[in-house]
Amino acid sequence: MNIYAVKAIYVFEMARTFRTIYQSILAPVISTSLYFVVFGAAIGSRITAVEGVSYGAFIVPGLVMLSLLTQSISNASFGIYFPRFTGTIYEVLSAPISYVEILLGYVGAAATKSIILGVIILATATLFVPLQVAHPLIMLTFLVLTSITFSLFGFIIGIWADGFEKLQIIPLLVVMPLTFLGGSFYSVNMLPPFWQTVTLFNPVVYLVSGFRWSFYELADVSLWVSIGMTGVFLTGCLVTVWWIFRTGYRLKA
Amino acid sequence: MNKQSIISIQGLSKTYDGGFQALEDVDLEIRKGEIFALLGPNGAGKTTLINIVCGIVNPTEGRVTVDGHDIITGYRATRSMIGLVPQELPTEAFETVWNTVSFSRGLFGKPANPGHIESVLKSLSLWDKKDNKMMTLSGGMKRRVLIAKALSHEPRILFLDEPTAGVDVELRQDMWNLVRGLRDSGVTIILTTHYIEEAEQMAERVGVINQGSLILVQEKQELMDRLGNKQLRLHLHEPLQGIPASLSGFDLEFVPESCELVYTYHSQRERTGVTMLLLALGEAGITFHDVDTKQSSLEEIFVNLVTWEK
Ligand SMILES: Nc1ncnc2c1ncn2[C@@H]1O[C@H](COP(=O)(O)OP(=O)(O)OP(=O)(O)O)[C@@H](O)[C@H]1O
Ligand SMILES: [Mg+2]
Repeated sequence: MNIYAVKAIYVFEMARTFRTIYQSILAPVISTSLYFVVFGAAIGSRITAVEGVSYGAFIVPGLVMLSLLTQSISNASFGIYFPRFTGTIYEVLSAPISYVEILLGYVGAAATKSIILGVIILATATLFVPLQVAHPLIMLTFLVLTSITFSLFGFIIGIWADGFEKLQIIPLLVVMPLTFLGGSFYSVNMLPPFWQTVTLFNPVVYLVSGFRWSFYELADVSLWVSIGMTGVFLTGCLVTVWWIFRTGYRLKA
Repeated sequence: MNKQSIISIQGLSKTYDGGFQALEDVDLEIRKGEIFALLGPNGAGKTTLINIVCGIVNPTEGRVTVDGHDIITGYRATRSMIGLVPQELPTEAFETVWNTVSFSRGLFGKPANPGHIESVLKSLSLWDKKDNKMMTLSGGMKRRVLIAKALSHEPRILFLDEPTAGVDVELRQDMWNLVRGLRDSGVTIILTTHYIEEAEQMAERVGVINQGSLILVQEKQELMDRLGNKQLRLHLHEPLQGIPASLSGFDLEFVPESCELVYTYHSQRERTGVTMLLLALGEAGITFHDVDTKQSSLEEIFVNLVTWEK
């Protein structure tokens, strides 16, 4: 194991975050606060509590997931796309480092950032709404699993993309809509029956549902289904990454 | 000289995805501790060859070993021995010189060693720039930072892909002194360059690659001897009105401005004709006050080779 290399990449990537601290940490915190002000306070005060949980508190897990997903993807995809774009990737490719180590460095750093961000958003949320976490360990498990899974997903996008537009296209056109429609701001059983069924094809529903359960023991689907679906997506990403490295897809000519 | 081989390339071919064949059945042995110059026109395949050995490009066919380790199955061993200075100048614009060079050392699996990084930066006259961001450096400085990155992990083999492109004359001399110093400390150096006088000055052996094929590998001296034409210049006392008939059998040219008679011959031939010429000159009553000889440069040889290939 080339520990020094993993550390070098990890530290390098983390340093990039701290250089762009406003963009990486502050921006999501501000946008989440705005969601609280608009949905939690302004609109939420007119919405009745969802199954005994005030609307403001109800949307907290969904908001954290929204940030985790978008930030994991954008951090990880940018982290690997940028060296490809500038050409500095040559050094990583010529280094005595295995694919697992490359992943640990890049995806590890991106996931760490997301986890830090998730915790910061939760802390911000406590300023607006009374927050309780019924199952902290499960909450953390979802936080960590989601961060890793979507950082992996971002890594894949960063390798697939051959231009800055492509880097944006999946987060904007796929992930954002799925997250908004994934029960971040409502409980699935508030929907008409037909749409409830459609929603079950949206993977984000399972993430939000499981994560919300760890707070309020409220879930749209069972906890185990949530964990299972997250596992399925994680495995899918791992297999894709394994294939990328094995073939050198878009990394090696 | 130690003739033990450190890099062994056998039957190496590369066809890029588009179907373009950049290398065709290349066999090459690089000897431990030598300076080897790879020459060839643009697009010949020099960078492709280097990138395969370094792990950046996948080979299509063939086998490469470095110090006995296969570059694919033993990549950890081979890559940690190799430092690469690429032809392009990709840099992390917002990183400082110090950080980017230290990063390289870590990437290649070496524990931090600020003392070593310091001496590398000093030897490349980069010490006063250590806290500068990469984007504030000039092109020549960036090139030197890339050299520093390659040297940061104390490689035993150094690939320099056109290291002196865009580097001024004085720095180029410094750089070559550095390269010689590395060679003296046992580092094997493979370089590509379009400045042929550099290969001539620096390299012990030269390989010429053209359209993906290695067309020649030879000791530089041998190559120059083998292919080298020599010119004998006779500085005459008096100008000639044309070349006398008795000398018409020699390949002679008279340069009126400098009053020189130039005889071109092949230095490796059994009979160079020099004695005959001098005798004939004596008989013709032509006297001269000075003589010098000039050997054709590697550049002339190289141009001959490549045009001959076409
Ligand atoms: N990634 C790639 N995909 C397709 N073709 C490529 C790729 N990289 C290089 N080539 C082609 O392979 C050939 C050899 O390129 P290479 O970079 O090895 O040449 P070179 O000898 O280093 O030339 P130069 O002196 O200009 O640096 C060229 O025709 C080039 O267009
Ligand atoms: Mg080249």
